[in-house]
Amino acid sequence: MTKEELKITLTGLLPAATFEESGQWLNVKVSSSEWFNSAGLLRNQNTLQFDFLFCETCVDWKTRLTMVYFLRSTVLGHELVVKVDLDRDNPEIESVASIWRTAEFNEREVYEMFGVKFLNHPDLRLLILPDGWEGRNPLRKDFEDPVNMVKL
Amino acid sequence: MWSLNEIVKSTDLKLNELFKPGMVFFIEAIIVALLAISLFAILGLVLVLMERKVSSFMQVRLGPNRVGPKGMFQTVADTIKLIVKEGMTPDNADRFLFHLAPFLVMIVAMILLAPLPFANGFQIWDINIGVLFVSAVSSVSVIGILMAGWSSNNKYSLLGAMRSGAQIVSYELSAGFSILAIVILSGSLTFSDIIQSQANGWWLFKGHIPALIAFVIFIIAATAETNRAPFDMAEAESELTAGFHTEYSGMKFALFFLAEYVNVFIVCAIGATLFLGGWMPLHFGDNTTFNHVMDYIPGIVWFFGKTFFLIFIMMWFRWTFPRLRIDQLLNLEWKYLLPISLINLLLVTVVAISGWHF
Amino acid sequence: MYSTTEIVKQSTAEGEMVINIGPQHPATHGVLHFVITLNGETIKKVEPHLGYIHRSIEKMCESLSYRQFVYVTSRMDYLSSHINNHACCLVTEQALQIELPARALVIRVLMDELTRLASHMLWWASMAMDIGALTPFFHAFREREMITDIFEDTCGTRLTMNYMVPGGVLMDLHPDFQKKVHAFINQFKTKLPEYDELVTDNIIFQNRTKGIGYLSRESAISYGCTGPVARASGVSCDVRKHFPYAIYDKLDFKEIIDTGCDSWARYKVRMQEMRQSLHIIEQLIDNIPEGDFQAKTKAVLKPPKGEFYSKVETARGELGVYIVSEGATTPYRIKFRSPGFSNLSALEHMAVGGKIGDFVAVMGSIDLVIPDIDR
Repeated sequence: MTKEELKITLTGLLPAATFEESGQWLNVKVSSSEWFNSAGLLRNQNTLQFDFLFCETCVDWKTRLTMVYFLRSTVLGHELVVKVDLDRDNPEIESVASIWRTAEFNEREVYEMFGVKFLNHPDLRLLILPDGWEGRNPLRKDFEDPVNMVKL
Repeated sequence: MWSLNEIVKSTDLKLNELFKPGMVFFIEAIIVALLAISLFAILGLVLVLMERKVSSFMQVRLGPNRVGPKGMFQTVADTIKLIVKEGMTPDNADRFLFHLAPFLVMIVAMILLAPLPFANGFQIWDINIGVLFVSAVSSVSVIGILMAGWSSNNKYSLLGAMRSGAQIVSYELSAGFSILAIVILSGSLTFSDIIQSQANGWWLFKGHIPALIAFVIFIIAATAETNRAPFDMAEAESELTAGFHTEYSGMKFALFFLAEYVNVFIVCAIGATLFLGGWMPLHFGDNTTFNHVMDYIPGIVWFFGKTFFLIFIMMWFRWTFPRLRIDQLLNLEWKYLLPISLINLLLVTVVAISGWHF
Repeated sequence: MYSTTEIVKQSTAEGEMVINIGPQHPATHGVLHFVITLNGETIKKVEPHLGYIHRSIEKMCESLSYRQFVYVTSRMDYLSSHINNHACCLVTEQALQIELPARALVIRVLMDELTRLASHMLWWASMAMDIGALTPFFHAFREREMITDIFEDTCGTRLTMNYMVPGGVLMDLHPDFQKKVHAFINQFKTKLPEYDELVTDNIIFQNRTKGIGYLSRESAISYGCTGPVARASGVSCDVRKHFPYAIYDKLDFKEIIDTGCDSWARYKVRMQEMRQSLHIIEQLIDNIPEGDFQAKTKAVLKPPKGEFYSKVETARGELGVYIVSEGATTPYRIKFRSPGFSNLSALEHMAVGGKIGDFVAVMGSIDLVIPDIDR
C-alpha cells in the first residue's frame, strides 16, 4: 500500500490519530491511552498486517518523550511509523510485548534508558545497566555523569 | 641381538646372587616402580608434544617450535610452569576428596600398566586374568572423576562429572564385548597367550570381519572411555568451560592432564596388543622368509609403533570431529554399539567354534 | 550485574539448578551473560544479561558531528564495520541528498561483500568450535586473513575500517586491490568445498544441528529476527533485495531462503550466502568504473530538520540507523536498530527444552556479536 492508501485506511480505523507525511514514511500520532488497541488493529487488520516491529525507541524532546514504533508488514511490504507522546515526568504506556515479542527487549531498553514505564510488561527489569541504576536514565537529555561523560 | 627378555633375566639372576629372595623382590619392585614412573613422565611429555604437533599439522600451523630443537622441550617448560603455579582450592570444597581425586585417577592409570607386555617377557605382571583385570580397573577411574566433580563445589564440574559417569559406565560395555571377541578367538585371558596366539598373523586379519567390527567398536569405545573428543562430554569446553577439572590448577590439574594421556596410551596399547599383536612382529601364516625379516625389528619397536599409530588415529578424531551431545552419545552406545557388539560376539563365537579363523 | 540472592531465590523449584554461562565463557565469544535454569541437562529458562560492554554509542553520537559519528559505529558490530559505516553514511546522504559517483558505489558494495564473507567465515569457524571441532577455526582464518590483508592495503586497518564517509569513500583503492581480490576468489573457491567436507558433511555436525533451536516463521517475525536467522525460518527479509541501496538492484544475486527453521537451516543459509557474496564480488571486481571516489560535500554537514532512517543488510541482519535532526551539526537523537539485539531475544524461545549442548549450537547459529547487542 502506498502512503496515501495507508492514510485513508488508517483514518477509518483510528479516527483520533493525526498524520504527518513529510518524511520517508507515513507518521501516525496516537495518544498513549489508545495505543494498545491501535497496535492490535495494526497487527491484525487484514489490509494492514503490520506483523514486524523492526525498531522501537524513544526520543527525549526535553518537554515530552515520544515513543517511536517502526512497523513493517512482511506480507504486504508497507511500512509505518507510529509515534506516541508521553508525559516527561511520569511516562507510562501500555506494553506491546504481547503483540510483537521483540518489544519485550526493546521496551526493557527504553525503560532503563528513558525511564518509560511499560504497563503489563512481562518482565520489566534493567537489561543493560547494572543493578542500582533504576531512576537514572542515561539517554535523557538532562542526564549528567561527571565521572564517565566527556563533553566535546 | 639384545632383547629386553635377556636383560630382565640376567638382572634377576645377578640380584639373586647378591641378595636374599625377599630382598630381591623388594629391589625389583623399586626398579619397576621407578621405570613405571619414568615411563609416565616421558609418556606425558611425548604425548602432549605429539598432540600439539598433530593438531598443528591438521590446523595448517606450526605448533610449538621455540623451546629446544623443533619445540621438543615445550612440554618440559609447560610442566615447570605447572609445578610452580599455585594450586587453588575453591571455597566450600570437600578438601579431602578434592585433593584425593587427581591422585586416584593417576593411580588407576598406573595400575593399568601392570599387565601390559611391552616386549617379549618384558611385562610387570603376567596375571592370568590380564584382560579382565584391565577392564575392571579401568572403570575405577570414573570414581576419581566423579570425586573431582563433586568435591569442587562447582556446577560445571558436577555436570561434567555426571556426564563422564554415564559415559564411561556405558562405553565400558562395548569395550568389554569387543575385548571378549579376542578372548574367545584366542581362548585365553592372559596377555602373553593372546600375543602368542597371533604369531601367525594378527587377530585383526585372522578373525575375518567380526574381528574388524570388534576393532572399530573398541576404538570408538576407547575414545569415549578416555573422554577424548568427539566424546569429551566431561570437559566440553564450549559448554562446561573445562568440565570436571574446572577448579583444578597447578600440579593437580597437570595430574589429570597426564592421566588423560597415559590412559590414551594404555587403551591404545591394549588395542594394539589384542588386535594388532602387541610386540609380535607382522607375520603372515607360514611365510617364513617374510616372518624372519620382520623378526629383525625388535618387539618393543613394534609395540610402540602400533600403539602410537592408534594414538595418532585418536588424535586425528579429536582434531577433525565435532563433539556429540550427551543424549546422542548414550544413544550411540545403547542403541547401536551395544547391539552390534552383542551380535558380533555371537559371530565371533561361531567363527571360533568352527575354526574358520586362520 | 545480578546479586547472588536473586539467583538463589529463582532456583526454588525442585530438581532445578541455575548456572551462569558467561560473562567469561568459551561459548559466548565475548562478554555475554546468560543465567540458565537447568533440570538435569535440559534447559528450562534462559535469561540474558547484557551491558558488559555497553558504551552508550547512541549517547556519544549525540555530541559527534555527522562526519565523526560514522567512526564510532565501526566498533558496534566489529565484524561488519564496513557495513555499519555504510548505514551511517546512507542516512546522512539521504538527509542531505548527496548523489554518489559510480565508483564510490561499486567500491562500497565490494567492501560490504568482502566484509560479509569475512564475517561469515568467522561465524563458520566459531560455530564449528562451539560444536567441538577446533580445526575449522584455523582453516577459516587462513582465508579471512587474505580479506583483512586486502582491507589493510586500502583502508590501513584490519578490523575497524572507518573507510566509508558521507559522500563516498575515504580514499581510492590500493593499486593491488583487484589482483589480491582475484587471488582471494581463486583460493576461496577451492577452499569452500573443503569447508563442506570438513564440517557440513560431517554426520556428527548434522546431528548436532538438525532439529535444534526451532524458530517458526511467525516467531521469527514476532521476535523481529532478521538476516540469516529469519531467512532460515522462511522469512524473506534481505534488505538488499527489498529495499535496495547502493547498486544492489543492478546486481545478480539470490536471496537465500530456507524453511528448515533450525540451526542446520541457519548454517546452510550462511554457507550459501558466502557463495552469493562471492558471486557479487566476481561481477564487480573487473568492472570498477573510473572516476571520483567521493562526491563533493561541504566541510560541515548540516542536514535539515527532520527524521531519517536508513537500513542495510549486515552479515547478521538488518541494521537500521534512525536519526532525529534538529538542523544542527550533530544529530539530536540517534538510534541503531541492531540485528543482534533482536536475534538474541529469540534465543530463549529457541533454546528452552534443549540440552546445554543444544544451547551452544543454537547460540552459534545465531551468530552473536556482543558489541552489536550492547552498542
